[in-house]
Amino acid sequence: MPFSNLPLLVYIYQIWEEEGIEAIETWNVGEQELEGDEESKLSIALDINSTCAKVAFVIISKSMNSPTPQFVPSRLSIYEPIHQIGIWGENFKRNGNPNTSTSLIVEVDNKLENESETTSHEMLAPTNNYEQEASKPIDKIQRRLAQNREAARKSRLRKKAYVQQLENSRLKLIQLEQELQRATQQGLYMGGVLEGSHIGFSGTVNSGIAAFEMEYGRWVDVQHRQICELRTALNAHISDIELRILVKSGMGHYFELFRMKSTVAKADVFYVISGVWKTSAERFFSWIGGFRPSELLKVLVPQLDPLTEQQILEVCNLKQSCQQAEDALSQGLEKLQETVSSTVAGGPVAEVSYIPQVATAMEKLEALVSFVNQADHLRQETLQQMSRILTTRQAARGLLALGEYFHRLRALSTLWVTRPPEPSLP
Amino acid sequence: MDKVTRLASENGLVLFSKSSCCLCYAVKILFQEIGVTPTVHELDQDAEGREMERALMRLGCSAPVPAVFIGGKLVGSTNEVMSLHLSGGLIPLLRPYHSMC
Repeated sequence: MPFSNLPLLVYIYQIWEEEGIEAIETWNVGEQELEGDEESKLSIALDINSTCAKVAFVIISKSMNSPTPQFVPSRLSIYEPIHQIGIWGENFKRNGNPNTSTSLIVEVDNKLENESETTSHEMLAPTNNYEQEASKPIDKIQRRLAQNREAARKSRLRKKAYVQQLENSRLKLIQLEQELQRATQQGLYMGGVLEGSHIGFSGTVNSGIAAFEMEYGRWVDVQHRQICELRTALNAHISDIELRILVKSGMGHYFELFRMKSTVAKADVFYVISGVWKTSAERFFSWIGGFRPSELLKVLVPQLDPLTEQQILEVCNLKQSCQQAEDALSQGLEKLQETVSSTVAGGPVAEVSYIPQVATAMEKLEALVSFVNQADHLRQETLQQMSRILTTRQAARGLLALGEYFHRLRALSTLWVTRPPEPSLP
Repeated sequence: MDKVTRLASENGLVLFSKSSCCLCYAVKILFQEIGVTPTVHELDQDAEGREMERALMRLGCSAPVPAVFIGGKLVGSTNEVMSLHLSGGLIPLLRPYHSMC
């Protein structure tokens, strides 16, 4: 988790309605290290004796060295108007002891991915009324805190939905750009003769691809959920019977992907082979439109120790058969490339009529769909053989390892895309 | 039907193929990798090729080529051969006919 074991600075700001933001307090929470998962609760005792009537909020900065935060607050917290804090001001100690009886619970979301996101904090309506009673009852405070937490939660869900929407739009954009490039290239090649029919055809291709992208987005989400379930289940030592259910649904999920790919391959096999539907790091390892089964075994086997002698032998044999099958398909594909290439290049170049070659080439390209299907079939068989060789518990660990591996590749892709630009040389 | 069955039982490992078919080429490479040599019949070079294609479809092949027969019995097309190989069943099945190939 990005924030564990990092010292943090907490900046308390106050907002003046017209005058913008001004820092009034910084509090070093360096001794406190955040633990836990995606959100951490940070208890802060505030000593604010200012007469400001507006709302305070908290920015978490990663760096001890930046006096002013470089980041726009990503998950805000704020939650109590200062005038209410001011009332209990006397109850707080200056050295920030979080164990005082009444503390302000501030929820912080540690994701820094959306540094440029505008604040989405919940603000309570500030009032100018200082004449409050001496203290509010504790349960009202608790209720308010619970409301704040709820509001924060809703905010996170909204953000998640928005990000998902952005992701889908991004994929659509990539696909459209690809489409455009193809159309332009084909337009040049066909010399405008068949361009009309191509554009008409790409209408149907579009919907097959768009449907696949939507489904694939959902597939990745479900995959992520399944991995988390597997991890929890394995750590909780649930029974083999229950584990078997998780394993079956995990396997089924992969088979579902192969079905989806088979459908979209019929619409546009080049789309599947290009791997444009995957993230860049995954694409780096791509073999005929997906992962290489023998690679998969290399990733899995170290995670499955200890294996019995029999299992080691069977996995070894499977690895070898996989390798041989992959070689056979790879060479078949090379042969296909040679055939298409010679067909397209063949015939007199002095003449303009290349239509006969094109027809033959089109026929040959149909075979590409079979190759993609065969490659997926190989992936499916590899998974099935592994589940046969392994015990239920080992299979569960295997699925977890596999899912986690792809998840990390996707994360790597995102990091790569968002890495800071290289500084220009002087 | 007769010609196909006859040819299929003439040798231990028989492959019906087409010289232009790249998936058939892949199956040939696979056999090469595991060290066996099939008897190959190229349907596009056989006068009765069309009839044989139909016969193979009738026997239950999803595609007429590639079609693999071991010991005169139909194993299937690429899918079946790959599955058989990954499950470790292909080589044992070929063993009795290894010398005949």
